[in-house]
Amino acid sequence: MAFVVGGIICVIGQILMDTTKLTPARILVVFVTAGVILGACGIYDVIIKYGKAGGTIPLPGFGYSLAKSVMKEVDEFGLIGAFTGGIKGTAGGITAAIFFGYIMALIFNPKTKE
Amino acid sequence: MGKRIGAQTVEIESKPRIIGTYNIVGPKEGQGPLKEYFDDILEDDLNGAESFEKAETSLLYTAISESIKKAKLKEVDINYLLAGDLLNQLSSSCFAARDLNIPFIGLYGACSTMAESLSVGSMIMEGGLANYVVAATSSHFSSAERQFRLPLEMGSQRAPTAQWTVTGAGAMVLGRKGNLPYITHVTTGKVKDYGIIDVNNMGVAMAPAAVDTIKQHFMDTGRKPSDYDMIATGDLGVIGREFTEKLLLEYKYDMKGHYMDCGEKIFDPLKQGTNAGGSGCGCSAVVATGYLLKNMLKGKFKRILLVSTGALLSSTSSLQGETIPGIAHAVSIEFGGE
Repeated sequence: MAFVVGGIICVIGQILMDTTKLTPARILVVFVTAGVILGACGIYDVIIKYGKAGGTIPLPGFGYSLAKSVMKEVDEFGLIGAFTGGIKGTAGGITAAIFFGYIMALIFNPKTKE
Repeated sequence: MGKRIGAQTVEIESKPRIIGTYNIVGPKEGQGPLKEYFDDILEDDLNGAESFEKAETSLLYTAISESIKKAKLKEVDINYLLAGDLLNQLSSSCFAARDLNIPFIGLYGACSTMAESLSVGSMIMEGGLANYVVAATSSHFSSAERQFRLPLEMGSQRAPTAQWTVTGAGAMVLGRKGNLPYITHVTTGKVKDYGIIDVNNMGVAMAPAAVDTIKQHFMDTGRKPSDYDMIATGDLGVIGREFTEKLLLEYKYDMKGHYMDCGEKIFDPLKQGTNAGGSGCGCSAVVATGYLLKNMLKGKFKRILLVSTGALLSSTSSLQGETIPGIAHAVSIEFGGE
């Protein structure tokens, strides 16, 4: 199920890349923002309930974590949580992206596309 | 002394000869349909360098120095080096010129640089200001991706309509003597912008400029498409070439049988997955110094018109939503016609 749900999310991205003039960076922003909105409305909870990692790992999952962490932080600390919650909740993901990105850049060199 | 004819053309009476040429291409170009016309085909497109930018510099340096050797000259014999490329501050050309003992003029005409440098070189020769001039240009797929699209490190997908930048460099040495192909006319193009925004559709953005320059060349010289054995635009690709043919037909110039596009010809789109075709400064440079001039020497073409086409956008201008201006320069080359 995780494969199917994650796959569907990626297929949507591929369709956007092939049929629209959206750049990869814009699609990334659209996906994260969509995750925030769907997370805030509670719809993404349903996707994660069935899709599990298939829902949390793709880009909208990151948006979902942003939304959920903000909501939790606001409940605990008030409105200031809107500023602090998002980054706290996603700190693991952000740090992992920087760390592994750096390691990959050290190990590999880019090659011309075939 | 040369003279102006018509609005945009000059007749080059001294007929500067193309006395030495050299081209060098990457592995992908070397697998394409024009492979037999290349002087050197790299196995690795890094050419032993640390970065793609350094690799491009080494390609350009090789093309220039080998073309001088082929003309049996030395660097000190050359009065001017006219060169350009696609990277910021013409870095490939400047860095190649750093290792050459030749007075250097950098030219930016995007992918029109081969015809542009050849035009300016012919004019300098016509003015009697030089005995030998080298016109050269280069491009590299991977350095152009970083310059105009996204760095390869990002590993992002390319748009299906995007053209494939040619990895290659070509150089021509102009001299005064020899029974060799010579330049007779130069038509300098105007910048044309028909409001195309899509950077993945540059062939169509450049087509109006190509049409304008070709039309003007015919009007100025009184020639027609059938006076040429081959008219070759630089890198319009399949879509841009069809568009150009259609537009010229509206002006009553039937290009059928006399027209090709270097970008369309250099790759096999089905086998090599290059979609609309090749692009880049190197494209018309390696096809001109390869397929076109080598066939002239064989006697297959007696008179050709090289129309290199350039899209004059910058990565900043396209991000700011600017449209893509195009330019095309035409150089008429003859050999063994009379």
